[in-house]
Amino acid sequence: MQNILSRLSVWKVIAILILASGAVAAYVRVTQGLGASTNMNDSFPWGLWIGFDVLCGVGLAAGGFTVAAIVYIFNIKRFEPIVRPTILTAFMGYLLVIVGLMFDLGRPFQIWHAIIMWNPRSVMFEVAWCVMLYTTVLALEFSPVVLEKFKMKKTMHVIHKVSVPLIIIGVLLSTLHQSSLGSLFLIVPEKLHGLWYSPYLPVFFYVSAIAVGCAMVIFESFLSSRAFKKGLEMNLLTEIGRVSVVMLAIYTTMKIVDLLDRHALSLLFQPTPETYFYWLEISVGVLLPMVLLSIRKIREHQTGLFASATMMIIGFILNRMNVSITGMEGWAGKSYFPSWMELAITASIVTAGFITFYYAAKYLPIYNHEQHEPAKKELHPYVEDLLSVSQQAN
Amino acid sequence: MATKKAMLIDLTLCVGCNACQDACKIENKLPEGEEHELSSTAYTALNEYNGVYVRRMCQHCVDPTCASVCPVGAFTKTPEGPVLYDESKCIGCRYCMQACPFQVPRYQWTSTYPKVMKCKFCAERQAQGLQPACAEACPTGATTYGNRDELVREAYDRIKAEPEKYVNKVYGVEEVGGTSILYLSSVPFEQLGFKTNLQSTALPMLTWNVLSKIPNVVTVGGVMLYGIWWITNRRKEVEEYEKKQQELERRGNGNNH
Ligand code: SF4
Ligand code: SF4
Repeated sequence: MQNILSRLSVWKVIAILILASGAVAAYVRVTQGLGASTNMNDSFPWGLWIGFDVLCGVGLAAGGFTVAAIVYIFNIKRFEPIVRPTILTAFMGYLLVIVGLMFDLGRPFQIWHAIIMWNPRSVMFEVAWCVMLYTTVLALEFSPVVLEKFKMKKTMHVIHKVSVPLIIIGVLLSTLHQSSLGSLFLIVPEKLHGLWYSPYLPVFFYVSAIAVGCAMVIFESFLSSRAFKKGLEMNLLTEIGRVSVVMLAIYTTMKIVDLLDRHALSLLFQPTPETYFYWLEISVGVLLPMVLLSIRKIREHQTGLFASATMMIIGFILNRMNVSITGMEGWAGKSYFPSWMELAITASIVTAGFITFYYAAKYLPIYNHEQHEPAKKELHPYVEDLLSVSQQAN
Repeated sequence: MATKKAMLIDLTLCVGCNACQDACKIENKLPEGEEHELSSTAYTALNEYNGVYVRRMCQHCVDPTCASVCPVGAFTKTPEGPVLYDESKCIGCRYCMQACPFQVPRYQWTSTYPKVMKCKFCAERQAQGLQPACAEACPTGATTYGNRDELVREAYDRIKAEPEKYVNKVYGVEEVGGTSILYLSSVPFEQLGFKTNLQSTALPMLTWNVLSKIPNVVTVGGVMLYGIWWITNRRKEVEEYEKKQQELERRGNGNNH
């Protein structure tokens, strides 16, 4: 017991330290501007906040739409128990994006301009709209959890009535958003290194996001099973592991075809830093987990599954950083590494996300909604369905 | 239609006197002082490569990448040529800086309410019938101002007249679909820090090809997803119905006994 307590407080101390340094960094950012707080400059106008907070935040949220589609569009109801935690995870991902953007934008309080000043030729315009709309959809998708907690049945019925169109809109928006982050880089054919620049960037971003969405579901399930001392839906997670193998295989094939198409295969074997980073990304994030997860024993083993998912996530983050930073360094002729303040702010947002997730999961019916079961008769069939499935799962 | 204006910069005539930068700084009320890189306080700057001076500035592209990428449309391309920035719209995403193929836009990194800074091609002066401040200030005729068609012709004429002096290329005629600033040189452009790997068609098409597919993705995707839902949902309903029927039958049989 003592042991657990002291371990808990270690995490608390770390969290407090991160948040405190983030607060200092935020103060400098707000009072002295981007130059004083970041290592960005005219050669490197985009740094960690775009590369990690925005590109990875959106990507790591991809589990939300994937699982929602599996359960509500494909009607594979046995995955229902993981819907709520994944949507919450997605929410946290978008939180990272929005808060990150508020720090990154030079004039954050004019962000609403994108609503009235249109430029449909801009990918960034599409991105802005996707962020706004999909965050709204996520909030609506998540609302039954809150409504259930406060027993607001009438509103719940309304949400339920529109749930299928809502999920469809969510899937479409996510598709656009994930791919548009890749499209952002289509405009820099001469700047982005040939290992990453491809006319198929939007497709790569989309497919890799689905794969990492699966990995996030596994990752998040393991963490919360430890935090809340609850069991693991190993059979479901194993299946998700299988889906991610398929996605990784599709991704690898497309990557190879693309390199062949562009006659860029030789780039793989040039002794440049870009090549090393590329191989690191591909081997850690794609090849290794693909091989590991295709072995049944590993897939069905807790540690094996968790380790593979973690590798996919690391590889994914590497990929987004490579596209937005490593791949641009050659052209810029300069290198970029984030300042401690950039790191502190990003780490703080991530920490805040973890804390929010923890408390949401603790006080809202995320994992165990049968506890909040209202009187039977008044239940809508949808809710009943939800409850019965979750009871079976428990 | 407005005639397209341009400037021809003949590097062989430039003596590196910096008069263009000085005039530019006065015209745009930028802090004084010689600078050798574009910056938030220098819209134009001279780089030296073994005695050859190269003047950098916004190219005022015919189909400007900066204008296409800005989410709020802060950049506009005027019919006469200048690409203008409206700071009141800008949200500071810096996509313009990331995307500009000539790496022109600069940011006020030290400001808490920063602007993107770049050459305006002296649009106000042009509207009054004056030439840009830099062209007016240039003592050697290295920078000349005029109609784009005429300057392109003039540039090729100069090459034809002295083919052993000039390299056989007018930089800016076709780079990313053409620019309003044209260069002539006696040294290969790639040795002077020019980007010579630029495609000859405008970059905004690269993203527009994808963006224009959005309506299709949305409609086809929406219909497909709805269809899948309809089928899987129907299947489930039928299953449940059949289960109930069997249940009823079983009960019915039980009653008969
Ligand atoms: S050179 Fe760059 S900033 Fe100037 S018009 Fe072209 S894209 Fe825009
Ligand atoms: S920084 Fe300003 S001008 Fe540049 S793309 Fe973003 S909103 Fe447009």
